[in-house]
Amino acid sequence: MRQAEKVDLGSDDWTMEIRPYASAFHFPIKELWEYRDLLFLFVRRDFKTMYKQTILGPAWILLSPLLTTGMFSLIFGRIAGISTDGTPAFLFYMAGNILWNYFSSCLSAASSTFIGNAGLFGKVYFPRIVVPASSAVSKLITFGAQFLLFLILLFCSLGSGQVRITWLCLMTPVLLVMLALLAIGTGMILASLTAKYRDLQVLVGFGIQLWMYASPIVYPLSQIPGKWRILLSLNPVAYIVECFRYGWLGSGIVSIPNLMIGLGIILLILFVGTVMFNKTQRNFMDTV
Amino acid sequence: MPVLRKGKEMEEKEVVIRIRHLSKEYRLGVIGRGTLQRDLQSWWARKRGKPDPNQRIGRREYTSKECFYALEDVSFDVHRGERIGVIGANGAGKSTLFKLLARVTAPTEGAIGVKGRISSMLEVGTGFHGELTGRENIYLNGAILGMKRQEIDACIDQIIAFSECEEFIDTPVKRYSSGMYVKLAFAVAAHLNSELLLMDEVLAVGDMHFQKKCLNKMTQLSNDEQKTILYVSHNMETIRTLCNRCIVLEKGHLVFDGEPEEAIAKYLGDVVQMKLHYTYEADANDRRTTGKMQFTSLDIKNSNQVTAKEGIGFSVAFRVQEAIADLHLRCTIHSTDGQAVGTSVSEGIGAFAKNTSASVGIHFDTTSLTKGEYVAELAAVEPMGGGRQWRHAWLEHAFAFEITEDAFGQYSLNRNAKKWGYTVYPDLKIKKCDRM
Repeated sequence: MRQAEKVDLGSDDWTMEIRPYASAFHFPIKELWEYRDLLFLFVRRDFKTMYKQTILGPAWILLSPLLTTGMFSLIFGRIAGISTDGTPAFLFYMAGNILWNYFSSCLSAASSTFIGNAGLFGKVYFPRIVVPASSAVSKLITFGAQFLLFLILLFCSLGSGQVRITWLCLMTPVLLVMLALLAIGTGMILASLTAKYRDLQVLVGFGIQLWMYASPIVYPLSQIPGKWRILLSLNPVAYIVECFRYGWLGSGIVSIPNLMIGLGIILLILFVGTVMFNKTQRNFMDTV
Repeated sequence: MPVLRKGKEMEEKEVVIRIRHLSKEYRLGVIGRGTLQRDLQSWWARKRGKPDPNQRIGRREYTSKECFYALEDVSFDVHRGERIGVIGANGAGKSTLFKLLARVTAPTEGAIGVKGRISSMLEVGTGFHGELTGRENIYLNGAILGMKRQEIDACIDQIIAFSECEEFIDTPVKRYSSGMYVKLAFAVAAHLNSELLLMDEVLAVGDMHFQKKCLNKMTQLSNDEQKTILYVSHNMETIRTLCNRCIVLEKGHLVFDGEPEEAIAKYLGDVVQMKLHYTYEADANDRRTTGKMQFTSLDIKNSNQVTAKEGIGFSVAFRVQEAIADLHLRCTIHSTDGQAVGTSVSEGIGAFAKNTSASVGIHFDTTSLTKGEYVAELAAVEPMGGGRQWRHAWLEHAFAFEITEDAFGQYSLNRNAKKWGYTVYPDLKIKKCDRM
């Protein structure tokens, strides 16, 4: 390099210095806060434009989990006869389904951060993290609506005695934050990789589907033999879903140590994701 | 060598952007096939402590093959309140400079120091969403450009008034005309609270009235609020109107920094040198032509420096790729400050079969040109009917020449081309003179 030493800019009171290399170990919390208005405007934009030119409009938010859940109960419950730990099949699948839906939609939105916004990113700077963060928030609103529907169905079947709500349902916000962080972290890793290697984009969709079957969405964790369960503890989604189900339906395996392991893995992924994301965002426009 | 020239008042002002040894390197043609494999290879070699098989060996060799510098070792300071025009041919590095300043991409070497907030209007309608209304897009666009919600609330009425889109402000912008789009986008950018504004040919689409309004607004922002503006354009007229300092880039280097008029003359003068023999490289990707033929070379037969009466004799050689039925040559003369002076079209040269070459000798009558330097643009055209024509080949800057003496003897010494124009009409004919 010609200028191996740091180029001198004279006085030090610059508001901003632009240099070839910047620390990759930088968590953009401050920038995210500064651009919170943009974040919420992105969320509003997502909502206003999501169901434009559709017949049923926002009703799809509630229709699509109902349809998927119905399909799951038919195929996995009725035809394959997979146990639901004694809880009503529809509620069992719906609990897993809306959680997974939140996670996977956050993840796929985050993983296309660079490619999907190349046009915008090529013109103007704002902290790139605003994009995955805003989709995590807007999907949370979708989840909220679906969750309300779930609660209504849940209260309808409380009388049957097949379900009971436990104090662990208070954990729901924590579980959602964990899922969001995991989705953003993984999404950042994938976004950085797909920015460079486009063929990985195809794998992302496939990978998300595989991940669903590696998580107790269409089956309860209790159905999994012990030695495989250890493997599943490496998948933070598994115990999050189980804890959620235990909280609201009263069945499932709650394991605090496993949740802690999950949290550790989430933080590790988030860290790796941030580093990769920081490195990619500086120069990715050159490779698009 | 860069020519550095600054007025006295400029030096006293505060430096708001300092650019030092700024370079940006792009890799060519390595995206896609082989990248993942190569990256893994390098990574594996490093793992085993062996030298990277893909490492750069000797910068120069590597540069000529796969890398090029879009900007190389550029240094300059920008002072508060300046309106700097950045000019240069396509590929000179103007947009790269702006992308680095806008933090869209990071420099390869060097550093930039910035005081205050920097906002870019690199393209009109950045981040506009067709389904949202004009008002919603103002908020979204403002936020993307770094404004806070309260800041936009404070000036939303001004923005709407400036945009001239009051009637349609609650209509989705997908129903807007392209002109309204531009107006809305510019209105947002003009009301940004940033101290530094980057503008890349944003005025290109608006109508004349709005362009003028924009330029006035920019000048006013820089005078009254001491905002600093960097402006890229190929339109020399807007550079003249807006800028009080001008930078010329050429192949990634800063070649001039100073008065706009001098910069424009330098840029246009450098575009083509006075030579007797010119060769041209084919540009297969030029979308402004049909690509059916290409000019290859041009020879001036008499001289580059002629009196208006002599005229220019030249022969131009070209290669025809696809058959042309009726070829004409069109020659447009530009003054060195970029104004078109006049055009002359040849009679039909005839038909040309495909894959042939030819050389045509031409005499250009310069009788009507005043003293001065000129640049000729040359195009090969074919009438299409209805007054329109195909353009088969085009040289924006074919050759340069100088008229040393104009055809109308006695007034020529006093001629002032800027005021009187570059063309000389035949003498006024006095029909009669009645003395009272």
